[in-house]
Amino acid sequence: MAVETLGSAPRAKVAPWNDPVIRGWVFQIVVVSLVGFLAWYLVSNTIDNLQRQKIASGFHYLEREAGFEIGDTMIEYSPASTYARAIWVGILNTLRVAVLGILLSTLLGTLIGVGRLSPNWLLNRICGWYVEAFRNVPLLLWLFLFYKLISEAFPGPRQALSLWNSVFLSNRGVYFPVPMADPIHKWMGIAFLVGIAGAWFVNRWGKRRQEATGQPFPGISVGFAIIIGLPALVWLAGGAPHHMSWPELKGFNFSGGTVIQPEFTALLVGLVLYTSAFVAEIVRSGILALHKGQSEAAAALGLSRGQSMRLVLLPQALRVIVPPMTSQYLNITKNSSLAIAIGYPDLVASINVTINQTGQAIENILIIMAAYLSVSLSISAFMNWYNKRIALRER
Amino acid sequence: MTDAMPVGDRKPLAPPVDETGPLGWARKNLFSSWGNGITTVVLIAFVVWVLSWFLEWALFTANFTASTGAECRGGGACWALIREKFRYIFFGSFPYEQHWRPLFAVITMLAMLVLSADRRMWNWRLLVIWGVGSFVTFLLMFGQIHIPLSLILFVALAGGGIGLTLRSALAAPSERMAYYALVAIGAMGLVLRIVGVLPAWSIAIAPLSYVETSLWGGLPVTLILATYGLAFAFPYGVLLALGRRSNLPLIKGLCVGFIELIRGVPLISLLIMASVMLPLFLPSGTTIDKFLRAQVAVILFAGAYIAEVIRGGLQSLPKGQFEAADAMGLNYPQKTLLIILPQALRVVIPPLINTFIGFFKDTSLVLIIGIFDFLNTANQALVDPNWAGFPGEVYLFAAFVYFIFCYSMSRYSKYLEHELNKGTRR
Repeated sequence: MAVETLGSAPRAKVAPWNDPVIRGWVFQIVVVSLVGFLAWYLVSNTIDNLQRQKIASGFHYLEREAGFEIGDTMIEYSPASTYARAIWVGILNTLRVAVLGILLSTLLGTLIGVGRLSPNWLLNRICGWYVEAFRNVPLLLWLFLFYKLISEAFPGPRQALSLWNSVFLSNRGVYFPVPMADPIHKWMGIAFLVGIAGAWFVNRWGKRRQEATGQPFPGISVGFAIIIGLPALVWLAGGAPHHMSWPELKGFNFSGGTVIQPEFTALLVGLVLYTSAFVAEIVRSGILALHKGQSEAAAALGLSRGQSMRLVLLPQALRVIVPPMTSQYLNITKNSSLAIAIGYPDLVASINVTINQTGQAIENILIIMAAYLSVSLSISAFMNWYNKRIALRER
Repeated sequence: MTDAMPVGDRKPLAPPVDETGPLGWARKNLFSSWGNGITTVVLIAFVVWVLSWFLEWALFTANFTASTGAECRGGGACWALIREKFRYIFFGSFPYEQHWRPLFAVITMLAMLVLSADRRMWNWRLLVIWGVGSFVTFLLMFGQIHIPLSLILFVALAGGGIGLTLRSALAAPSERMAYYALVAIGAMGLVLRIVGVLPAWSIAIAPLSYVETSLWGGLPVTLILATYGLAFAFPYGVLLALGRRSNLPLIKGLCVGFIELIRGVPLISLLIMASVMLPLFLPSGTTIDKFLRAQVAVILFAGAYIAEVIRGGLQSLPKGQFEAADAMGLNYPQKTLLIILPQALRVVIPPLINTFIGFFKDTSLVLIIGIFDFLNTANQALVDPNWAGFPGEVYLFAAFVYFIFCYSMSRYSKYLEHELNKGTRR
């Protein structure tokens, strides 16, 4: 036993029922066997019930024809596709709304959080009201409100509000023109990715040069120029194809162009407005956690308020901000499952239809849990990596 | 000094007018620089524009008295709809002439929560408040309560057991005898009951007509789901947190796995699981009330989150507290209940209230499995074809009610944080 090797003093003889190590193991064995018994009881009941109700088990249903329509898909899908495809469409839709929601709410939340610290009393108060209003009302209520407003208060396609006769706002969603498909688009996409990599390298070089020589480098504007400029050059080199697909009113709805569905809009707007209230509080408390000397020193160096925020305060506040922000990002991903209430076809919605059609609840619930757990774990892994990168390097 | 005036008689000059008073305040807080001044002007224009539009809609052109939706159309807000429907929104399909029952149930629960918020009640009184309050609430909601004999026996057994573990060394012999008696009566009674010697007696308290849970709706449902969700999740969250901090590897593994699994998936998936899988888990023929299923899902979910909050409190305690308790020769339950938890819980009360606010809002998700909580009854009020087309009014009203609850709780949490930190702040 490990305890005996600790000291030279002879260990007092204790009865086995008073030995903490033995007690610990007995207790653990009792608890684990109780949990095991409970699990066995539930599983045997389930098997019994499944047989009685003649419900199939196993994942074979995934290859069968789904037979239901999905309104908003990012990939090719029709009712003749398989269940696996339907679930995949749902996963992609969840990811789309989660990624956009994370980006936009970080942006809006940071602005509002900084606004709450503004010396301007009115701006400060308005940001405060925003936070209180959105934090204290359930997200689901906001989603219903935005969805009902879009679908009931916006005009029908025939009376759609139009911007320059090309963007149409109606209760069927927002229609806007897109370029006609062209082979050059693929190359523009590649150029975009190359541009991102190029911007990263140029920035790294700029930082090294600044550390070596002290000359600052306009990293952000040069980076943007590369990321936008490269695809534009490719587009020009490809003969600048400029045919657009315009939305047109045909019968009762628009055709041509592309559309952002009202369900998606309501979900995204609701998620972003709700979450940015929480993000704003995190950003605010992160900045407040900094020593006052930091902002005073920045002011003494002659930096403007914007500069001191961007160059001195925010980078340090990030260390406090990142861990709670991670849980907000996880919350966005999990909250995107509220989509089911307003009819956006996300993962839970796809699975729900599949459960109702096949009756195979257990397999489907396992898929949901596996999907959300893997998304959650990837987000936390990424944020932990980022957190480690920005952590204070001490000796 | 040529001034003849004695020092004591000198009057300081009043500060310049534009440094104090409303003008000075505005200069300092609204127009301290050019940029600030422009921001202020733009924001004032924005606020005036939004407020004038909102007041026009919500007050000046609003209709408070219409008797059908058609009369409302064309004007501003149709508050007549709320006037017509507010009893349904608050109490759902509870029998109409019995609406006083959910009303008093809500009042009882609010009284219970407000009394629990008073720090002078944080002792044995809390148990009495919650015992009496819960009994009254459920008696009003159900109308009839049957207390089975086995429950009474179980309470006797548990009470005696807890007394023995905690006060075995402190209690006078007579008190200890009482605990032993309770345990003996409880255990023997339960054994006899299971063997079948004792019949299935129960005490029936039935002053009112029975109302089943499928008729419950509105605010009482939201309050019950959130309050009892947290009340039951609390002890089990404490156990999970203690398990996660335990030295025993198997216990720790079980608790970590459970907490992370629950926290990794959305509440909706747990609710769907509770509604479709719970019937599969139980022996065929047993049915569980839909309301109870939702409550179980909320408790499971809340427990994992509470466990993480409490773990924060446990981690904030210095190691010396654990060692001192060990040195005093306290056993694990005594150490935990008498030394560790009282200190750890004190730290986590404000974040626990924030968790409660979160669950109060999250209970709205139960509408997805068809429970009529406050948001769902508001939703249903929109379905009436006579009053179709006024979603904004109903949702704003519901948002206002939620806001009052959540905002006052968050204020209380702020106040409490301030109060509880008095001792450690200099």
